[in-house]
Amino acid sequence: MSGMRTAFMDRAAALPAPPPTFSRAAVVIGLGILITYLIGLGVLGVTPWAIFERLPRLFSIVLTMFPPTPGSEAHFWTYLEALGETLAIAFVGTTVASIFAFPLGFLAARNVIANRILHFMSRRVLDCVRSVDTLIWALIWINVVGLGPFAGALAIASTDFAALAKLMSEAIETADQGPVEGIVAAGGNRFHVIRFGLLPQVLPIFASQALYYFESNTRSATIIGIVGAGGIGLYLSEMIRVLEWQEAAFLILMVLATVAAIDVVSRQLRAAIIGAPRG
Amino acid sequence: MSRFVATLPEPQRAALAATYDLAMGARRKQLLLGFIIFVLALAAALRGAEVDPANFWAHLGNFSGYFNRLMTLDTGARVWTDPTDWFWGFFRWLRLLGETVLIAYVGTITGALIAFCACFVASNNLVRSAWLRVTVRRMLEFLRTVPDIVFAMLFVVAFGLGPMPGVLALALHSAGTLGKLFTEVVEGVDMKPIEGIQASGGNWLACVRFGAVPQVLSNFASYTLLRLEMNVRGAAVIGFVGAGGIGEDLLVAIRKFYYQDVSAMLVMIVVCVMLLDMGSERLRHRLLALESHP
Repeated sequence: MSGMRTAFMDRAAALPAPPPTFSRAAVVIGLGILITYLIGLGVLGVTPWAIFERLPRLFSIVLTMFPPTPGSEAHFWTYLEALGETLAIAFVGTTVASIFAFPLGFLAARNVIANRILHFMSRRVLDCVRSVDTLIWALIWINVVGLGPFAGALAIASTDFAALAKLMSEAIETADQGPVEGIVAAGGNRFHVIRFGLLPQVLPIFASQALYYFESNTRSATIIGIVGAGGIGLYLSEMIRVLEWQEAAFLILMVLATVAAIDVVSRQLRAAIIGAPRG
Repeated sequence: MSRFVATLPEPQRAALAATYDLAMGARRKQLLLGFIIFVLALAAALRGAEVDPANFWAHLGNFSGYFNRLMTLDTGARVWTDPTDWFWGFFRWLRLLGETVLIAYVGTITGALIAFCACFVASNNLVRSAWLRVTVRRMLEFLRTVPDIVFAMLFVVAFGLGPMPGVLALALHSAGTLGKLFTEVVEGVDMKPIEGIQASGGNWLACVRFGAVPQVLSNFASYTLLRLEMNVRGAAVIGFVGAGGIGEDLLVAIRKFYYQDVSAMLVMIVVCVMLLDMGSERLRHRLLALESHP
């Protein structure tokens, strides 16, 4: 027994040393990230004791949230209407964004428009539009069409049309070139190529992406009211401002329930669209 | 151009055509039904969102006018003719932008750390106990669904104005979104190393540390970087509710119609976001390459 053991250990000792788990570069990068993180915490004043000092206050706020209540029945109906408005904003915003993104996606796709400068320009413009947040767009649109849900819908449309156009152009670029070549070989023109070669491939992807954006836009639309662009966010920020925590909690619960419901519906619709047989 | 396409005999062709028409007819009917539902929903939504094309067309001039004013200095000249006047508050805004990026960075890392701890407990290939898994998942779902700015409003009341509520809000929201993505990654790992460690007597922590973590780390890093990009955008507006960063100055400038300040700050934000996006995209590609050649 002991002989076997030493033999095994001899063999183990003879093996080359196992490689280090992390390379030196990984250690340096990890340390860099950690040090920047700690410095950042210090600079921003986010220290454990600063958090613990105020934690009782946060707990007392959370406790006053229970039980969540709409206050009165009249308030409840107002909130429900605002929730409907939120959904309407998300729906209109996504639809307008899709309508604009659809042709633009073709312009930004490399295999449809061969002009490199045009392609580059459209990509950069889309990037610019995309990097401005929905809330900032909402503030700009409020200056144009006035306070209200319309500004919110336009804000969502502005941010999303850029994002959707980018996704659309990527879907077109990665589309199977077989049908396109087939149509060209059969004597089809450019319009035929797009209509019968690309569209049937791209449309389901695009529809599913648009649905996905509708889903995420219901989330954005709930907060867009904070700056006065309609929807339930207006009431939510108002209730937090006047410290009506029970009503604020009720509004948050309404939003959670709606988002969950939309998630379920949109997941099923997406499955139906992608799973649908293609003609 | 003459055509040489072989055609089927008539009865065969007719049968095929009938089947085709039937299939397409069903599809068309379905499509039409979907379209009608869509149009009805859109009509309801247009009413709900108070969309008013007349108002829009009447005020569309405002939009170009607004951009025109954004591009004009107080002196009446175009902004690009006098960059020193345009960016008069450059260093103040740069400091605020730096604070914004730092809020996003610290918030993302904190969120990633929380998600890292939560994801192994929430994945169904590492944890047997269903109630533990489901509890953690529900918590992550809650954090994900509440928008970060709502958390920020709440924390501003609890912790006071400043970057701290912003960091905490972004951290919680990122923990929710990253937690879900991380869990999916963990559920997709190769189980052989984990079974090996189990077989040689390692405990749960050893399984996670030596079995799962080495497989998922590069994917985690890539998702965290993606989240950082989004959080920089989010941190830019989180100041709207008083949670630090450039948002507060931007809100004041937009509300008080300081056009040249608005455009200057927007340019700085867009440039900053684009630079970070490009940098992080390059990093992510390298990380993914790292994964394919271990």
